[in-house]
Amino acid sequence: MAKMQFDLVSPERRLASFEVDAVQIPGADGDMTAMADHAPMITTLRPGVLRVEGAAGSAETAYFVTGGFADVAGPSVTVLAERALPVSEVTAEMMDGFIAEAREALDKARADTEAPQNAADAMAKLLSDMEAAKGHMMG
Amino acid sequence: MPNLKDLKNRIASVKSTRKITKAMQMVAAAKLRRAQESAEMARPYAEKMEAVMSGLARAVGNAEGAPRLLAGTGKSDVHLLVVMTAERGLCGGFNSSIVKLARTRIHELLRDGKTVKILTVGKKGREQLKRDHADKFVGHVDLSEVKRLGYADAAGIASDILGRFDAGEFDVATIFFNRFQSVISQVPTATQIIPAQFDAAEDAAEDTGPLYEYEPSEEAVLEDLLPRGVATQIFAALLENGASEQGARMSAMDNATRNAGDMIERLTIEYNRSRQAVITNELIEIISGAEAL
Repeated sequence: MAKMQFDLVSPERRLASFEVDAVQIPGADGDMTAMADHAPMITTLRPGVLRVEGAAGSAETAYFVTGGFADVAGPSVTVLAERALPVSEVTAEMMDGFIAEAREALDKARADTEAPQNAADAMAKLLSDMEAAKGHMMG
Repeated sequence: MPNLKDLKNRIASVKSTRKITKAMQMVAAAKLRRAQESAEMARPYAEKMEAVMSGLARAVGNAEGAPRLLAGTGKSDVHLLVVMTAERGLCGGFNSSIVKLARTRIHELLRDGKTVKILTVGKKGREQLKRDHADKFVGHVDLSEVKRLGYADAAGIASDILGRFDAGEFDVATIFFNRFQSVISQVPTATQIIPAQFDAAEDAAEDTGPLYEYEPSEEAVLEDLLPRGVATQIFAALLENGASEQGARMSAMDNATRNAGDMIERLTIEYNRSRQAVITNELIEIISGAEAL
């Protein structure tokens, strides 16, 4: 199978850079899998688990990502995530922390009557995505 | 002529000063390496972000109803200057060079009849600007408790600025920081972050890039990215500033150490001269005493 270059970068460091067969991306409009020679596209991310398939060696194959976007361009996939962690390093406490953060943001958005309605909706979605991601990882 | 005891004390005190500056220099060198590494590691993200955003901005930037972060408010009456300096001194001209650049900009803007608001990051800039522009301050971000600068710190500053922008407090935001060039050279830089600006020359070169499909839509992606772009730019500036600060401190402390060495040399020569003079004097006294007998 044709390999493609996969890069995962957070603002603070480059987490992964290797060749893979396919990448499963938690896109804002739903999960999608990108393989080599995918049509160029850019999608925003929702909080969720990013999986790579066919990575060489014992490299991590699943990452928890929040906020950011993925740039799929033919021979390469670059994921820019505001927060990205290998799933093996994520603990239930961390997820609870993220969820609490999202809940707080939601409460704030709801309390702020001047903010547009969709701000609160976006926060509510963020919260449910976080909870779903936790369910996914912690089983 | 200063007496011997005084000279001896002077030499001892300069010696301990030299020890301190030497230690500070070594600490700065170690921190500089770390700061440079983090700046290096943050680069791929910032570059990618910039590339995608400028591509998007070209696609939707001129359209009707483009996001305000990109198109601006249509005015440029109120300017927000975000002045980033260090929390600590003893780093040569690091802080004053940023403040000087900010001051020049403030004068230009005031001359043109604009309103200026100042947000400072780092204690030193605030102290220096407070003197003549205290009335223009709208806020201050304290990073003295932060041990290792993270993206969360930058995101906090960005959300503060974005909140002010949404509230209509200003039209244009500019950040001031020192760009790290080398240990001996840091360049004070001003970058406009709101409305977002992209390099025109780069745009032309990228026109040949592939045609992207955007999900959910170009506008939605851009809407999501612009605030992140602001945070990324601030984060990059903070990291550059951090590396510059350590570089500036390192060379300042290197100079101080060398000066202390020179001073010790001079004082030691003076000390020896006076010691010899004292001995000579004593001998003269003894000899003339003996001759008188």
